Amino acid sequence: MTVKRLIHPDALADISLSHEEVQRYSRHLIMPEVGMTGQKKLKASSVLLIGAGGLGSPLAMYLAAAGIGRIGLVDYDVVDYTNLQRQIIHGTKDVGRLKLQSAKETMLDINPHVQVDTYEVPLTSANALEILAPYDVIIDGTDNFPTRYLTNDACVLLGKPNVYGSIFRFEGQLSIFHAAEGPCYRCLFPEPPPPGLVPSCAEGGVLGILPGTVGAMQATEAIKYILGIGESMVGRLLLYDALNMEFTEVRLQKNPNCPVCSDNPTLTELIDYEQFCGVPAHDHSLYLTAEEGEAVPQIAPLELKRRLDAGEELFILDVREPHEWEISNLNHLGAKLIPMGDVVARMNELDTAVTLIVQCRTGARSADIIRELQKHGFKKALNLDGGINRWASEVDPSLPIY
Amino acid sequence: MATIRIPTPLRPYTGNQNSVIVSGDSVSAALADLTGQYPDLRQHLFDGDKVRSFVNIFLNEEDVRYLDGAATAVAENDTLMIIPSIAGGKLVLSLDCLVLL
Ligand SMILES: [Zn+2]
Repeated sequence: MTVKRLIHPDALADISLSHEEVQRYSRHLIMPEVGMTGQKKLKASSVLLIGAGGLGSPLAMYLAAAGIGRIGLVDYDVVDYTNLQRQIIHGTKDVGRLKLQSAKETMLDINPHVQVDTYEVPLTSANALEILAPYDVIIDGTDNFPTRYLTNDACVLLGKPNVYGSIFRFEGQLSIFHAAEGPCYRCLFPEPPPPGLVPSCAEGGVLGILPGTVGAMQATEAIKYILGIGESMVGRLLLYDALNMEFTEVRLQKNPNCPVCSDNPTLTELIDYEQFCGVPAHDHSLYLTAEEGEAVPQIAPLELKRRLDAGEELFILDVREPHEWEISNLNHLGAKLIPMGDVVARMNELDTAVTLIVQCRTGARSADIIRELQKHGFKKALNLDGGINRWASEVDPSLPIY
Repeated sequence: MATIRIPTPLRPYTGNQNSVIVSGDSVSAALADLTGQYPDLRQHLFDGDKVRSFVNIFLNEEDVRYLDGAATAVAENDTLMIIPSIAGGKLVLSLDCLVLL
């Protein structure tokens, strides 16, 4: 499908490029597909980036460099060291700063001719329509299902194109969801996977370059869309496998029964997306999954240290994966590693006579395992609150935090 | 024999194979052969006897929902793809995972 005209020629009447801008954009201007008219379209347009993280970094930098007139950024997070492996808009000096401040500074350094508007909030059902409404193109660079469904539904309700990119480990996806021209995200994924079937963080992670590749492709699609050139990704889904360097494409169709974009939608306003997906959208969320609501007995790192120092016999069970054990472990305290997927099958290796301390990275997987062990009759199991990372910060600074 | 492409999130259940050769002349027969070879995959693809609604199966380039669904014929040398719903490096299974992106 060839793209439609997004920016009306009349809208360009008041747009001009200074001599400085002409020089800056000269490699665009000498291509007939862009030219003066195209560059003015870019200047007249506005793009909203949801998330200033992995995908948001290359997106914001390339869109600023390309001369998009107004770029909005939605993010509430602060830069930390674990971001720097892939979020190249932020530097080491930015750790601890708001991502929005750091990103805006980088963008205006690349191109002071663009306007950068920041929204320091999590995107929610209450604010999404208002934040999205002024923008021509929305780019979804989020990292969780509730915000993906929220972004999709808000785009459908407002009639906006949603340039979609998603990443996991070595795998990326790219499309444009625009209900006016083709399918939406819900046409492809009517429902989120149930929380328990989503691979756990033990299997998560992402190659640092992957969001660069996928984010750069999203930026390409946004610019093509604004210029009205080439073949857009509407109705197409690109699958990228970095490990095998394979690109595969499939065709997407509009679902005639789509709850949000069909002729008779059942969903005509934004809903509670955390409830819908059964997971929190962000770490400021007050949403608790049913399981997380059930507290398990906890032990704080300092209390564990006190009991160990007093000579009490405790059995420390580490339920992380072997590659995490290589990063940090409590081997010197007699900890035993059994990855969470194997615990039930290897329960006979646990000492039932003494109190069991279950430990993972930050305490969530170990809480799941304690609930599982309780079902199998283990009564004396305590969760190491905050996991080995909190132990490292409060008891043993010789261990790294990851 | 057709090939089924296994997406990254499901590779832990196929011994890290990114594609699996299967027999069967329909989508359902091919998936049955796949889950016969890798039983741990079954709960991720099926809810009882039905393919889960969030699992997208494509035959070559086309979504089988718009062909004949599970009954869609599969020929020699066809490629089936399972397309996962992925949300980012950070998979919000639990608060333990709030680390990435
Ligand atoms: Zn739809």
